Amino acid sequence: MTTTATPQTRSPRRTPAPRAALAGAAKYLSLVLAAGVVVVPLVVILLTSLKTGQEVGTGGPLTLPHDWFNLDNYVNAFQQGNMLQAFVNTTIILVVSTAGTVLIGSMTAYAIDRFEFRFKKLVVGLFLVATLVPGVTTQVATFQIVNDLGAFNTRWAPILLYLGTDIVSIYVFLQFIRSIPVSLDEAARLDGANSFTIYRRIILPMLKPAIATVVIVKGITVYNDFYIPFLYMPSSELGTISTSLFRFKGPFGAHWETISAGTVLVILPTLIVFLALQRFIYSGFSAGATK
Amino acid sequence: MTALQKDRGPGSPVAAGPDAPPDAAPPVRTPRGRGTRRYWWFTPWLYLLAPLVLLVTFTYLPIADMLGYSFTDWDGISPTHENVGAENYTDLFTRPELFKVFLVSGVYLVASFVQIAAALYFATVLSFKARFRNLFKGILFFPYLINGVAIGFVFLYFFQPGGTLDSLLQVVGLHGHHLWLGDPDLVNKSLAGVSVWRYTGLNMVLFLGAIQSIPPHLYEAAALDGANSWQRFRHIIAPSIKPIISLSVILAISGSLAVFEIPYVMTGGANGSETFVIQTVKLAFKFDKVGLASASAVVLLVLILIVTWIQRRLVPEERVELS
Repeated sequence: MTTTATPQTRSPRRTPAPRAALAGAAKYLSLVLAAGVVVVPLVVILLTSLKTGQEVGTGGPLTLPHDWFNLDNYVNAFQQGNMLQAFVNTTIILVVSTAGTVLIGSMTAYAIDRFEFRFKKLVVGLFLVATLVPGVTTQVATFQIVNDLGAFNTRWAPILLYLGTDIVSIYVFLQFIRSIPVSLDEAARLDGANSFTIYRRIILPMLKPAIATVVIVKGITVYNDFYIPFLYMPSSELGTISTSLFRFKGPFGAHWETISAGTVLVILPTLIVFLALQRFIYSGFSAGATK
Repeated sequence: MTALQKDRGPGSPVAAGPDAPPDAAPPVRTPRGRGTRRYWWFTPWLYLLAPLVLLVTFTYLPIADMLGYSFTDWDGISPTHENVGAENYTDLFTRPELFKVFLVSGVYLVASFVQIAAALYFATVLSFKARFRNLFKGILFFPYLINGVAIGFVFLYFFQPGGTLDSLLQVVGLHGHHLWLGDPDLVNKSLAGVSVWRYTGLNMVLFLGAIQSIPPHLYEAAALDGANSWQRFRHIIAPSIKPIISLSVILAISGSLAVFEIPYVMTGGANGSETFVIQTVKLAFKFDKVGLASASAVVLLVLILIVTWIQRRLVPEERVELS
């Protein structure tokens, strides 16, 4: 994305230089200011996480920690906050629901795009209308259904919900599968491949870029989701990243050094993933959001 | 839409066309299904079985159930419930304490327009030559990826009396402690500020993608005509990215109605910061008023559908039709 030709500013020659310089300065000032607004609250949390309880109590939030390598709070947060359990639970849910989303999304897209069948319009319409229904609005009733299925307070509840309500990834796959030439399917069919072989051997491999998009978007969404695990998995052994961190509010009350360490622990993996996959993340989220 | 097209760089399926047999149809779309009819009628349904079961179970069944519950006084536990007609709905619109959550949404709505304006500004600035473009883009976008509970804690500390914000204000000479989250007049503005912090980057990235698909020669022509940067924005950028701006406005409106996470984590809905979703969750899961909560959720759903419908009417989509 970043490599596409960017429009260049061709400042017309008659623009007086001082005005242009002033505009340039204002532009950078606004950018630096905005970056500051984003970064300062985060840096303060990082600083706080490195302080001792006493330092937090006596100094202001903007003072620097005495010992920059004081990791006691992290150890504390990790152990007492059950963060290990939380990371394990989140990983299980994340892997299963991301894999499932890819499978379900690509199968749906394959069936809709490559077959003619009765009620196709109805099926497409059902998926289409579902994009308009925001998940938060139906939770009251969804809760009863999850309960009836016996999935309440198990890892199945979030997994089923993440699988069942992700229409956006179906769209991403649909958009993409249309650009795969049907002639490829036909060639394989002439060679005697059945529809499943075509799906597995031709469609899935060619969908790789779309799969990457879906995995990234879904992965970050699941990692950050609070609402679903909070409602459906109240038991503390089933804490995810979000709900375990939320529970810091009780026991650590005003121990901001521990809460800050827990917060940094949760943000850190996101930061690493972001730095590693920046390019894909931007395009992934714009593909997901505009559908 | 534009972003998707961009994803298809080299190595994309279209580029792989030449791998197909030489006598095959050109890579242009051929009409669906012609010549490929060698499957049983139920084959597509094998692929659609799981998706459809999930779709119906977790989207359509809940809507139907919810409509049903909304006319009852069910508490969510007892095996029986009475039909109360439209009582839940009249309650929602006539009891001021239930209705006031809409005023809270108003604050978030105003904030989301600030957010869209800021995103437009930064997207425009960053789509032209600027030093550290990618760094600024990354910094502004990153908040969108952060865990909501983590954001809640970051800003809980930020807004504490004597916390980060107060200390910063002190540095620039504005003394006095404010109850940013304790004062009912301030709390929603503070919380809405967090939303702006969190979502501006997402909007910016969406706008950036759209702006980059504007053909560069338009800018060159404008420059020859002596257009300044405001005119360039007004006459080239704004009209070109209108569809995505309107999408952002819709997302902003439905988003302001559905605010939950940040206020719930930070204040639990105290001091008048209760939003529609917090209220619904409390009614359903804390006060066991599933009937009333369902009615409330139905109202929210209908509102969001109306907003979306208006958008679709006002801005015809350029999107390719399905099937």
